[in-house]
Order: sequence, then structure tokens, then C-alpha cells
Amino acid sequence: MSEKKISDQSKSESRKSISLDWSYAEAPENTSHATFNKSYGLFINGSFTNYHESQSFESMNPANGETLYRCTEASESDVDSAVKAARAAFEGEWGNYSGTQRSHYLYRIARVLQERAREFAVLESMDGGKPIRESRDVDIPLAAAYFFYYAGWADKLAYAFPGKRPKPLGVCAQIIPWNFPLLMLAWKIAPALACGNTVVLKPAETTSLTALKFCELLQDIGLPNGVVNIITGAGTTGEYLVQHPDIDKIAFTGSTGVGKSIQRSIAKRQISVTFELGGKGAFILFDDAALNEAVEGIVNAIFFNQGHVCCAGSRLLVQEGVADTVIDLLKKRMEHLIVGDPLDKNTDIGAVNSKTQLDTIQRYVDTGIKEGASCYECSGPLPNKGFYFPPTLLTGVSQSSTVVQEEIFGPVLTIQTFRTTEEAIEKANNTPYGLANGIWTDKGSKIFHVGAKLKSGVVWSNTYNKFDPTSPFGGYKESGKGREGGISGLHAYVKLENSGGM
Amino acid sequence: MIDRIPIDAVGIQERVARIRTRSIKKDSKLQALELALRMMDLTTLEGSDSEGKVRQLCNKAMHPYTELPDIPSVAAVCVYPNRVALAKSILKDSSISIASVATAFPSGMSSLQIKLDDVRYAVSEGADEIDMVISRGSFLSGQYAKVYDEIAQIKEACESAHLKVILETGELGSLENVRMASDLAMKAGADFIKTSTGKIAPAATMPVVLVMLHAIRDYYYSTGVKIGMKPAGGIRSSKQAIQYLVMVKETLGNDWLDPSLFRFGASSLANDVLMQWVKEKTGRYQSLNYFSND
Amino acid sequence: MAKQTNLTASQANTMNSIPKTYKNYINGEFPRTESERYYSVKDPSDKHIANVGLSTRKDIRNAVQVARKAHGAWTGKTAYNRGQIIYRMAEILSGRREQFIHEMVLLGYTKQAAEQEVNACVELIVYFAGWTDKITQVFGSINPVASNHFNFSRQESIGVVGIICPETPSLLGMLGLLLPNMVAGNSQVLIASHQYPLPSCTFAEILATSDVPAGIVNIITGNKTDLIPSISQHMDVDLLVGDESLDTNFRNLCELESASNMKRVYFWKSFVSIDELNSTPEETIATCLHSLKDPYHILHVQEVKTTWHPVFE
Repeated sequence: MSEKKISDQSKSESRKSISLDWSYAEAPENTSHATFNKSYGLFINGSFTNYHESQSFESMNPANGETLYRCTEASESDVDSAVKAARAAFEGEWGNYSGTQRSHYLYRIARVLQERAREFAVLESMDGGKPIRESRDVDIPLAAAYFFYYAGWADKLAYAFPGKRPKPLGVCAQIIPWNFPLLMLAWKIAPALACGNTVVLKPAETTSLTALKFCELLQDIGLPNGVVNIITGAGTTGEYLVQHPDIDKIAFTGSTGVGKSIQRSIAKRQISVTFELGGKGAFILFDDAALNEAVEGIVNAIFFNQGHVCCAGSRLLVQEGVADTVIDLLKKRMEHLIVGDPLDKNTDIGAVNSKTQLDTIQRYVDTGIKEGASCYECSGPLPNKGFYFPPTLLTGVSQSSTVVQEEIFGPVLTIQTFRTTEEAIEKANNTPYGLANGIWTDKGSKIFHVGAKLKSGVVWSNTYNKFDPTSPFGGYKESGKGREGGISGLHAYVKLENSGGM
Repeated sequence: MIDRIPIDAVGIQERVARIRTRSIKKDSKLQALELALRMMDLTTLEGSDSEGKVRQLCNKAMHPYTELPDIPSVAAVCVYPNRVALAKSILKDSSISIASVATAFPSGMSSLQIKLDDVRYAVSEGADEIDMVISRGSFLSGQYAKVYDEIAQIKEACESAHLKVILETGELGSLENVRMASDLAMKAGADFIKTSTGKIAPAATMPVVLVMLHAIRDYYYSTGVKIGMKPAGGIRSSKQAIQYLVMVKETLGNDWLDPSLFRFGASSLANDVLMQWVKEKTGRYQSLNYFSND
Repeated sequence: MAKQTNLTASQANTMNSIPKTYKNYINGEFPRTESERYYSVKDPSDKHIANVGLSTRKDIRNAVQVARKAHGAWTGKTAYNRGQIIYRMAEILSGRREQFIHEMVLLGYTKQAAEQEVNACVELIVYFAGWTDKITQVFGSINPVASNHFNFSRQESIGVVGIICPETPSLLGMLGLLLPNMVAGNSQVLIASHQYPLPSCTFAEILATSDVPAGIVNIITGNKTDLIPSISQHMDVDLLVGDESLDTNFRNLCELESASNMKRVYFWKSFVSIDELNSTPEETIATCLHSLKDPYHILHVQEVKTTWHPVFE
């Protein structure tokens, strides 16, 4: 083996080597084409109600803490109007439409959403804080895809339920969170409408904008009045909606805590309910994994969307033999993550959705340190206005640490090691949650073996945070009940009667 | 002798896709364009390369665009061995290196002796850099020790010229093979690893280059030695070139953003970079009519 | 200037209208038949409407070649993307309703029947667009084998299909054979109706302007006597599909020749009688749509692949 000769006479060496400190200039997204109102009423029975300042609340742009727009806090009687409108539509026009007719509306929604995608993406980022690159490349296209997929089911329901006759449930009460506003709206409305139901939906109070804009889209395509009603508001409005006596179904996505209280409050009613709640996903990294790709997978699992993902891989379980290498690679990768203005196209990590959430994340990290964890934060600068949190690693934690047990909902990754496959499975399952887990290994058979043993509704192998309208999503245990996406996603929105004969 | 590193091709594609969403504008774009030019190995490797053709290339290397003052030189010109002397005579007073392909380029299908003589000839004619090809047939049939020895001996024959090892990734069949060949070449003495001869498709692609950058990074971690990278062939637009620079920065860091550690093997890229440069300065999209088409 | 006032009405008409030349549709382009021979398409009163190519085995050969080459471009797309492309065909057809209605009327439809038929065609295309990403969910399976294996079956495209269109001017009849194949991921070579080729030929314009990749659908006009032997004998065609009403001799020929490379052969009902359409358009269309909106047609033109993978530590 020849020794490496340091060539010292070649011209390239004699030329001065100036290490270029190259950084990316601002690349702001053009927002002039994205229009919205300063204030909004509620969308009931096909039109917006009048806005009254006395009944309103503000919604902030978390990137700078400034008020973006104001919307209406729906009162108990507003909720009642919305449910009545939905009921009337269900028993009227919409209830009599064929599947073919329903499918044509849903396809239109998908196509117009695709046409106006960029505008929706800009508004989503302004309202919620997620990077424009994510809204543009993930949220909005996926939302359109869910409408397109479920449009195709509307006239084919007989094939989804062999031996049964599917019927719509009626009026569906739907409550969605702030982490993927328009996408969560699509996950709820598309299957509900495909199955012939009507909807009263409450967006999260910090992110109502794309839902309200969506109502304008519905007006443009001429969806019959009352089929979709959007009532903005906070927890109280949600309670009114869930308690309303004339709803036939509840679909809730949000925290496990609120999910439990909804479950308690509807105990005496015979009402169909689906929940998509919190999670504490394990990212199981074996020593035979493709390490570089796994590190990128970690970034996707916990730092993508600022960690505001119920299925985030927030607990890294790395096989001891490669732990140091992985942590090292991860830290180096984190150096290139850009935390910044959501409307800059190069931003990787945007703003945390609200001051409340920011405080929550900080509290958890403080707790973690108090319980003995070491904290590593990526060193890039944070904007000095708005709500931001750097990608953070917590090592020196154990299964019993608060930060390992509880959902933080921020860009914070806890890191534990394991030695054997059985140990990894045990640690992954040792949680009241069961939404998603990830398995990273080069060995296919190990994927199937471990996958079969994990108690979660979603198992990702050599990938993470992948969503598709055909792929059912939902949790075991306290992560919820029911699935969204695929044929499973239709079950939530039909009642199945026995068909005659065989 | 070389460990097999598992590589997930889908994961690589996704990382590449993320890198390609980087939006490089204004100052950072101008810096990137200037860097791309400084990193270029202007190349002509045709059977029809007459002396006149090579002379043209050398002139372009020295004077890419007279309208712009302060335009930096390219890093090197890359020619066949029998054109090295001519290039040398034209470029001897400039900072531009002479790179020569050798070792029965592009196929490498000849005896080791002939390949070594090819290298010695090019070096004696004045080449500063040698771009060799590995024996792909031997590599694909698992004769890694043979491939290794060849590289080591060719490195010796280079004397003080620096050695770029062309893996011809388009023939290697998988990203895992690309990684193995990279590791092998670096261990055997490469100063640079290079993707392609440019004579077959596919030539340089972003997934392949990413895998090679990972290899360079890991080699640096374990030995402290920095090896250079040269994607060659198929890079025609500034946009592509800038995406590669983003990839280098986010995988290896700013140290590699220098012609001593990164080169573009290209010919038509130069004009596109110049056109983009002028567009950035003037705001107007350019026409090829205003740039010399050598 | 003064000359123009002396033109007869029909002369003026000829000068102002530019009748279309109907050509084959191969690889996204409109070439003439290699034979350069033509035949006359007539309306119900036997009046000449258009010249259409009398294609030969060479045109079939060319079409099959491009269909094979393009196949990967179709199966390589996601199911979602294929669904969107097929949906776009409906959008484009919808925009061109009048053109099709006009042509159908020339061929003997009443205006009302033609309108209903075009609407039904749009509806059928939208129906099938929604199946691309659902077939394997409904008809594929995970199989609980009695060993340590993960075992799954999924539907895949067969490959290149030769489609023999029924002898009717009904576009619905042609689409009933074409659409399940497109959803299945196949590449098709269609032999248009001999007597009523125009709607198929014009449909090529829809294909050319939606995002269907070139070569995925090819349309050839001519005589069944010339074309059916050559497509049924072709060793690089994987499947033959046609309407049940195809002449028995031709059907038998298809079955016989398919033995050459074990082509699959399927016939199903995809015929609409123009007389029935004209007399009771709503009923006829409803019946027809009901029988054509059938995902089992898609299954007929797919293969099933079953894969095993071990499950252990």
C-alpha cells in the first residue's frame, strides 16, 4: 500500500485556497398574490355570517407575533345554527345526491385546490408558522390528494364493504388541530362527504385561515348550502359542538387530554366517535441500518414541522454499537438546519405555533435537564421576533424520565440506547401511546419481525412521517381509536346495514 | 478489504430532493456562480480534437468573457495525453492546471503496463493532474485487490501530479458499489474521486455524488485526510452546478468549497454560468449569441 | 373584389371550412397509414363524410412497438398520477362536447342522444379515474400463509393490449373497452370500428391534449379482415380485448391465434345500438353505464403477482 503523498508542487496547491464562507441569501416567498380578509364571520349554510368585533378573537402570525386577522368565536346558538344547516342539507339536496354527483364535487375541490395551491400554502405558513417549503411541497398537495382519492370512493362504496350496505351517518362534528390545518381539514371533510354526510367543522383557534379560505373555494364551486359549515372558536365552541344533541358523529384530532374529556362527556350518548390523539413514537435504529439515510430520517421524524407532529419519532432508540456515530452525524446534520422566517424558502424549521406551545416546550426541556439530561441545541441563530425553538437533543435520559414519557410536541429528541431487538421492542411499546414507530435496518426480515410486535397503528420502515390518502393512519391505546385514510378511513363515516340475501 | 456500507436509495433520493429545494439568490447566487467557474475543468476529449480545437479551448479557459472584468480563471483544462504539450505551451504562464486523462481512457481495457506508460507519458508532457479510470470489469467481478493495486501503482507513476480516480459510476450498477469503489480508491491513493468519463450515460447524478461525498466525509473522520470530489458529465446548467455546491456545503462543509477539493468536469457549463452571471448583474436573460461558442 | 359576389353558397362554404383529414394516432402523433390507401366513411344516407386510412400490418407493427416502449412510462407513474391523467381526459372531453356531438349527429345520432352520450362518456371516464389507486386495496390481499412469511398478492398490468372496437359509432362502447385497460396500467393498440371510425379518431385528439404519455394509447383505422389477423398473431401483444358482438369468425380467430404466445383473450359487453340510443336515450345510457361501470373488467386485464418475504429476527 503506497503512502498518501501530499502533492506540494502542483499548480492547484500553489494557488491560494480561500475557504469560502458561503451562506444562503434571503429567498422570500412572494406573498402579494395571497389575499385574505382582516376579519371573518362564521361559514354557515353556504355564506359567511356578519362579523362582530365583540364576539371576535385575534389570530397571530407566530413568525413575528403580530395580529394577522380576527375571526368569530362561535356561540352556542351559532353552533346550533350550523348543525341545523348541516341537518337540513343532509335531509335535503345533498342527502339525495348519488355517489356520482358527490364525486363530481369532491373532484372539483381537489382540482381547484391544486390550481390555487400556492396561495393556500402562503396563507398556511403565515397563519401557523410552518415553513413555506413544507406547506408548498407537503401540506397543500397532500390535502388535494385526499380530496381526489375520496372523490373516487363516493360512487364505489359498495366495493369497500363486502356483504354490507353502507349508509351515511348524518351530521358529523369535526374538530381539528393546528399542526396541519388544511391537511387535517381534508382528512376529515373528504371521507365524510364521500360517504354522503354533512359536516360542521371547528378549526383550531390559532389556525383558522386556510379553513375560512376553503369556504370561499366551496362557494366558487357551488357546493350546496349547509353541506360544509365552518365554525371558528376555541375550547368552549368545541364543547358546544360535541354536546349538541343533533349530531350523529364526532371526529376529534388533538391532545389525548382533551380526547379523554370528550369521551367522558359523551358517555351517556350512543354516538360514533373517532379520535386521533397524541403519540410518543420510537425511532428504532439498528446497527445494520443505512446510517446516513437514518440520520436524515431522524431529521424528518422530529424536526420536520417543528416537531408538531403527533406521530413524531421523538424517542431515538439507537443500538449501542452505533450510538456515538449516529449522534455525531446527527449533530453535524443539525448544523445545516435553518431555523427562521417561515416565508423564506430556505427555512427548514419554522415558528412554533404559539407562545403557549413555546413555553410548554421550554418547560419540558428544563424538566429534562433537572432530571439529569444533557441538552444539545443546534447553534444556528434564531430570529429575534416571534416564537422559535432550536432543534434539541436530550441525552442521558431513561425510560422513566418525564421527557421520555410525555409528548413534548416540539423539535426535541430524546436519545436512549438498546442492545438487543427484544429490548428495543419492549422500550418502544412501553408507553401509553401507540400511534407510530419507525424501524431502521438493512434487513427485510427484521423489519417484518419487529413490525409485527410493535403496538402502534403505523409502522414506518427506513422512512418516517410519510402520508398518503390510500394509507390508513391512526393509533393504538391512548393515541386514539379509528383510522383515517384508505378504506379504513371510510368506516368512520358510514353505518353498515346487512344487505339482503347471502 | 472494504466493508460493505448499506445504502438506502430511496432515502438518498429524498435527501437529494430536499437539497434541490434550496433557493439560492442574490449575493449567494453570484458567489456560487463565481465559485463554479473557478472550479471548472474545461474539457475536450474527442477523437476529433485537433490542435486547433485544443488551442480554442485553452483560449476560452484564459479569456472566458472579455466583457466582464475580474472574471476568475477556470481551474484546469482536461485533454488527451497527446494534447498536453500544446496546452502546456499555451497555459504555462497562467494559473490554470493541465489535467490529462490516461490509463486507456475511457474504457481502461488494456494491460497495466500500457496504462502506466500512458500515465508516464502524460506526466512527462507536462500534465499537472491525471484523471485515471478504474477497471470496472474487475471491480464488478469482485477482484477488489486487483483494482486497488492498479490505483496504487498508477498513483506512484503520477509522481507529483495529483491523481483523480474515475469510478465510472454509470457502470457500477448500485449506490452501494459506488460507495465501495469510492472507499477503495481513497485507500489506494486517490487525491480526488471522480464520477464519470462523460462517455456514457448516466454520467454524474446527484444521488451518486451524495454517496461519494458521504464516503469522503467518513474517510476524513477516520484519517484526517481531505479527498477531493469531481462530478463530470451531464452538468450543463448553472442551476445544477449550484445544487451540487449546496450538496457539498451541507455534507462536507465550507472547506470543500474550493477548487483544491472540488471540480466540475464540464464544457458547456461555462457559458451557462457566464450567462447567469450577466443576468444577475443586469437583470436581463441572455442569449448565446453574446458568448463565445468555442 | 367583385368576383366574390359570384360564388355559390357551396363554393363559399368550401372556401371557409377546412375539413379534417383523419389519420392514425401512434406515439402521440398523427401519421398517415403506411399503405397510403384510404376508404370512404359514409353517413346513414350513404353520403361521403371523410376519408380514413386503410391501415395494414405495418401500422399495427409500429403501434405495438411504441406501445411496448411506452409501457414503462405508464406503469412508472404513481396510481394517483394515472388517476389524475385519466380525470383530465374527462376535463378535456367536457370542453369539446360540441365537437363530438356534431360528429355523432353526422353519423346518425339524434342531437339529444348525442348529448346524453357525451355526458355519459365524461361520467364513465371520471368513474374509472377513481379506480387507479383503489384496485389493489379492494382486490389485492395479504395472505396468511402457514409459515414464517409475509405474503402479499397484488394486481399488475399485463402489458400491451390489442383492443377491437365494436361496430357502433358509440364512443361509450369504445371507452368501455379502453378505460379498464388504462386503469390496469396497460398500453393499448385500438382497432377502430370499420364503419364508424370517427369518434375514436377524434378521441385521439383528447388523448393528445391531456397528459397521457405518447404511445400509451394508439388508434388505428382500417378493415378488420386486414387488422385482426395481424394483431392476434403478433408475438409482442399480451392480451386481446373486444366486445361480445364481434363477428364469431373473428372471435374464433382471436382465440386460435392467441395460442402463438398464450395471449389472454377477453370479450365483454361494450356495445350500444344507435337505434336504441335514438329511441330511448336515457334508458339505454343508464343500462349501458351500469354494465360498463365494473371494476371486474379491470381485473380481467391484470396479472396477479404474489410475493413472499421471511419474517424473523
